[in-house]
Order: sequence, then C-alpha cells, then structure tokens
Amino acid sequence: MRITQGTFSYLPDLSDEQIAAQVQYALDNGWAISIEHTDDPHPRNAYWEMYGLPMFDVRDAAAVMSDVRAARNEHVGEYIKLNAYDARLGRQTTALSFIIGRPEQEAGFHLERSEANDRVVRYQLQRSAPVER
Amino acid sequence: MMSSTIDAEAPAQKRTHSGVAPYAQMGYWEPGYGPRDTDVLCAFRITPQPGVDPIEAAAAVAGESSTATWTIVWTDRLTAHDHYRARAYRLDPVPGNPQQYIAYIAYDLDLFEEGSIANLTSSIIGNVFGFKALLALRLEDMRIPVAYVKTFAGPPHGIVMEREYLNKFGRPLLGATVKPKLGLSARNYGRVVYEALRGGLDFTKDDENINSQPFMRWRDRFLFCMEGVKRAEAASGEIKGHYLNVTAGDMEAMYERAEFAKEIGSIIVMIDLTIGYTAMTSMSKWARRNGMLLHLHRAGHSTYTRQKSHGVSFRVIAKWVRLLGVDHVHAGTVVGKLEGDPNTTKGYYDTLREDFSPANPRTGLYFDQHWASLNPVMPVASGGIHAGQMHQLLHYLGEDVVLQFGGGTIGHPDGIAAGATANRVALEAIVLARNEGRDYFNEGPDILRRAARTCAPLARALDLWKDVSFDYASTDTPDVTPTPSY
Repeated sequence: MRITQGTFSYLPDLSDEQIAAQVQYALDNGWAISIEHTDDPHPRNAYWEMYGLPMFDVRDAAAVMSDVRAARNEHVGEYIKLNAYDARLGRQTTALSFIIGRPEQEAGFHLERSEANDRVVRYQLQRSAPVER
Repeated sequence: MMSSTIDAEAPAQKRTHSGVAPYAQMGYWEPGYGPRDTDVLCAFRITPQPGVDPIEAAAAVAGESSTATWTIVWTDRLTAHDHYRARAYRLDPVPGNPQQYIAYIAYDLDLFEEGSIANLTSSIIGNVFGFKALLALRLEDMRIPVAYVKTFAGPPHGIVMEREYLNKFGRPLLGATVKPKLGLSARNYGRVVYEALRGGLDFTKDDENINSQPFMRWRDRFLFCMEGVKRAEAASGEIKGHYLNVTAGDMEAMYERAEFAKEIGSIIVMIDLTIGYTAMTSMSKWARRNGMLLHLHRAGHSTYTRQKSHGVSFRVIAKWVRLLGVDHVHAGTVVGKLEGDPNTTKGYYDTLREDFSPANPRTGLYFDQHWASLNPVMPVASGGIHAGQMHQLLHYLGEDVVLQFGGGTIGHPDGIAAGATANRVALEAIVLARNEGRDYFNEGPDILRRAARTCAPLARALDLWKDVSFDYASTDTPDVTPTPSY
C-alpha cells in the first residue's frame, strides 16, 4: 500500500535535489512554504500537525531544505508533506502540496460496510492495523 | 422596403404616426452613445441580406431584442420608451469578410430580471435570430455588468473550495468517462469506475446520455458506482468521486436522483445542458444547499456554438453557466477530437476562471468582463486526448482544469487501472518538469519517455497512441489572425 495523496506520489520518491527545485519554484512564485506531519493520513484529516509556522519570509531554498531534514529526523515513521501557500486575492489557498516523507511500511485503509435498507450500503474508511516491522 | 417620413433626429415626437418605420430612425441606432457601467452589452456578428443597409440591420437587432415590433404602436407613448430601447452604438466591418459586421448593442439593466438566465436569454436571443432581413446572426460576446453579476449566486463551490475539499493541489485533476457509453449493466459499469479510480484518476464520469435507460437504471448504477468509489478511496488514501448524472425528464425526478446520490455519500453530481437554464439554476441551488459539487456536460451546444456566422458563441454560454452556477463545465481540449482553436479556447477558459478578463481580439473576447469575486468554474477538457499529449494539455489549458481521458484510460491494452496510472504518471512527470523550469512543451516527449522507464503502463500508452492526433482546421476562430489547429 502506498498512499497517493499529494502532487507527486505516483513518481518515484523525490530526491532532496528534486525537492529543492520544487521549493525554488514555489519561492519564485512568492509562495510561503510550510511543513506538516502526521501519523493519521486519513483522506479527511485536513489538519496535519504543523512543523512550525509557514515560512512567510524565507526566500532561500537551502534554509527550507534544512527544515525538511530536521522534520524528517524528528518524525521518523510519520507522513511528512511540504506545502506552498499562495496568499493572492482570489486564491488564498495551497498552491502545491506533496509528500516528502512516509513510513517504510504503510498501513493503508479498509472499508467498513454496514447494510442499510433498500440495498444502500454505508461506508466507513478505517485505518488498517499497523504492519508488523 | 419601409415607408416613413419620420425624422431620425426627433423619434420620440413622431412616434404617433402609424405605419412602418426604419429601426434606425426609431432610435435604435445611436452612434454617439457611451455605454453606462450598468448596461448589458452585446457584440453581434450580423450578415445582412443583400441590399440591406448594415446600420439598419444593426438597429433592427437592437429593436427586435428590446422594445420594438415591426410597426409603430401608439402604446409606446405610455412608456419612457427611451429608457427601455436598446441602442446599437457601434458597427465594425469584419476584416476579410465584406458581408459581415460586428454590431455593438447596449441594453439598460432594467430590461432584465435579477438572477434569471431564462429572462436574459429570452430577451437577447429570444426573437431576433429568425429575422428575415438578416442572412445570419451570431451573438459573439456579452459584457455582464457587475450590477447584474451580483444578482447571481454563481458556482456552488468554485475552484478553491473544490481543491481544498479534495485535498488536491498544484496539478490538473484527472478524470475519465465510462465507456462504452451505452449497454453496460450497473455492476459492470461500477467495475470501470473502481479500476479507473484505483489506478490513479481523481474522477470518473457518466456520459451525457447515461440517464436511466432499460439496460441500466439510475438507482442501480448509483449504488455500484459508490462501491467503486469507496473501494478506490481505501486503496489509495485519496478522495475520489464519480459524477452521477441526475439528468431526467422532469425536475421531480432530478431532485429524487440527486437526493439519493447525497444519501449514499457521493461528493459530486452531474447535469446536462439540455435540461435548460432554469433547471440548471435549480440544480445549482440544490447543490449549494447540499454541499455537492456540480458538473455540467455541455450536451448539444455545438448545434448553435460551432458555426461562425450564426448562433451563440460558447464564450457567451460560458458566462451564462458561470452566472447560474456550476462547478465544472466542458470547455474544449485544443488537441483532442472536438472543435477547438487554441486562442478561442483560451478565451473560454479565461471567461470561466479569471476574476477579470480584458477584451482581447486574439482570444475572441470583445469586452472587459469583471466578475466581482463570483466563484470561477473549473473547465473540463474531454474528448480524444491521451497521455502522450500531456505536455500540450498543460501548456494550453493550465493547472485548474479536469483532464478527462475516456478512451485514453479504458482503451489501455493492460487494463483500465494501467491506463489510469499511465495518465497520472505522465501528468505528475510533466508538472514536476515544468516546476523545475524545463521547457516542458518542447521537451515533453522526452520527459514522458523518461518517466515511462519506471512506469510500464505509460510506456505502453505512449507506443499505442503515438500517432493519434486530430489535425483539422477549426471552424470557429478569431477574425484577427489566422491560427493553427492542434
């Protein structure tokens, strides 16, 4: 199981050099970078934990990359993503978001079904039990 | 052709004379008129009958789309007719086409009911397109004044809300229409949904003519599709959707189908343009009330949008559906199998997505248009596109678009999920390269080949469809420059 949230999850994991190029693209657009992490990647979990505040004033990709490395060291085995935020009028939302760290073994999800009347099925998406290491 | 002694300088005083008067002399041609910010403005392409004065033809269009009838009526004098009369205020010959003219006509805001596309269209295109003095007539563009824009609620969610809800940023969304269009049983149909979504698409879609036919009734389809959607969400950890087409023969049936889609957990429903402007507006209100994304298929539009001399341009339809409020609408692919000149298509996309789009002869936009923060509409590109065109699609259509690969997903020789994966990998590879600053448009084929080294389904797709293109001249192009078709 590989959770495919984020912009580049269908590609092989990005190298630090590739991540830095995406950071530079975001900075060139005037977007603020932020890093978030979680051990609960349910698709409805909108609020991963913030690794510090968005870096509104950081204009140097190398500085962002040192935070990327620090976040990975502090949150081994969690999902970590990098967001770029566009504060322009009319957007005021995330412009780019991709996963930059994930557990070696991903637990994934399963469906809980409960049958209601008239063939209707109610679905609950549940985190599967963690995989034994 | 018309007998009159009416003085054009003093139309109001002479309007008691019964008989037939030239429209221009009745006050429908006013070349010095400076449009007000609150006027609705229209640009019509007119082709007068041989021998008909183009000014008279333009005035007739203004007259027949506002207060006039073919003869003078004394009851005009009971009204402030000067206020209600539309005015043709400018007439430009069309470059390279001596038969045609662009007539600009201004309408006072009082002519239109608030929040009613039905009323707007009955007024502007209600009668005049059959007028005998014209060989042909086309509504090229409209300027909707902000004062009128603000009487519409617009798209229930808009692009930003849709992305935040889906948790998908920084890339076009991917979809596919289930094929074959007709004949699949509900259970087989849901299989296609599941495979395409688990393979990497964000959305699958009912086609415009999938409603509730004998081979598959709507309720059965909805249930199997949701099983496919939810299974794919579990397999990917992503939010997925299937556009459940709720189009039906009457509003009661549409509401019933939409309510059921909501009950079983769908995030999006779909309607066809054929249901009409009032029905679309009602479904928009329903979607807003129920937190449901609303997809619109522009079924039937080519009957009146495609020919350059007669009908209504799609850029006008785009404005109407943004006002009445849909979250998605099909707006052309440029590179695919359906009509779509690149510059003209850009005009449609700008109309749907921008908060302000300036008049631009290159893209066929005749007026500045302000939207006053009315939600934008996500354009959908669908019809004859495949993974090998991904660099062209991103270049022409940008990031806020749903790219729909029906045959380009389901026709993959290794299966539907493989087809979906090929599309997703191609898309992410091109976006990655663009962000890295590469010349992705020219290097696109190379970028895709490299991505295919670690993705066998993409390699198969590139080989299979490498020679597929639809290179025909477009019928609907801007007047100013000859443009290539892709």
